[in-house]
Amino acid sequence: MIRVSIDPAPIELAVELAALEERGAGGVASFTGVVRGDDGVTALELEHYPGMTEQALIALAEAACARWSLLAVTMVHRVGVMVPGDRIVFIGTAAQHRREALEACAWLIDRLKTDAPFWKREQLGEDARWVEARASDADAAARWGSD
Amino acid sequence: MDLLYFAWVRERIGTGQEQVDPPETVRSVADLIGWLATRSAGHAEAMREPERLRAAIDQKFVSLDAPLGAAREVALFPPVTGG
Repeated sequence: MIRVSIDPAPIELAVELAALEERGAGGVASFTGVVRGDDGVTALELEHYPGMTEQALIALAEAACARWSLLAVTMVHRVGVMVPGDRIVFIGTAAQHRREALEACAWLIDRLKTDAPFWKREQLGEDARWVEARASDADAAARWGSD
Repeated sequence: MDLLYFAWVRERIGTGQEQVDPPETVRSVADLIGWLATRSAGHAEAMREPERLRAAIDQKFVSLDAPLGAAREVALFPPVTGG
């Protein structure tokens, strides 16, 4: 079962995890990304490409299901304006055994960073700047090899 | 052809979308970027460094040398920064 959501509403961690546990898997793994407040960031705004974003996340979830034996994949990305401490992304995987769930979860967040059309804009008091892509994210995605 | 712009590309051009009818000499995404740069000062600023741009044709990522073919929707944007 694949669940993909792009939503301006706050991410409900307990609800997402409970839904994955209800799949009856032996293991549930998850990653939660939280807005950092370093460098004086006061707010973070997430822009995305409606339509393409959903397709990109579904394609990643399907690729993960083809590579690992999974019972469920959940990918939730918040968009719009957030503040430090807010959850920005949630990836959850359910599988019979921990290794499948953990590896698929790590792969999904690495690939989401490079393969989904989202853009971050940081607000620093009165100033704002678009976040630059990092080479380390491309390296992290590439280390898994091709699908 | 529908064009979509995101992040600082959108800000520099001053709009998130527009419809264009490029000449036949515009065959690839790179050609399109070069042609768009002539449309306004904002376009020129957004297209000034093509190596900082990424593209999608009909909602699939493509390289800048990709042919436009029968593209209906082309998006231009900076490298993605989600997650």
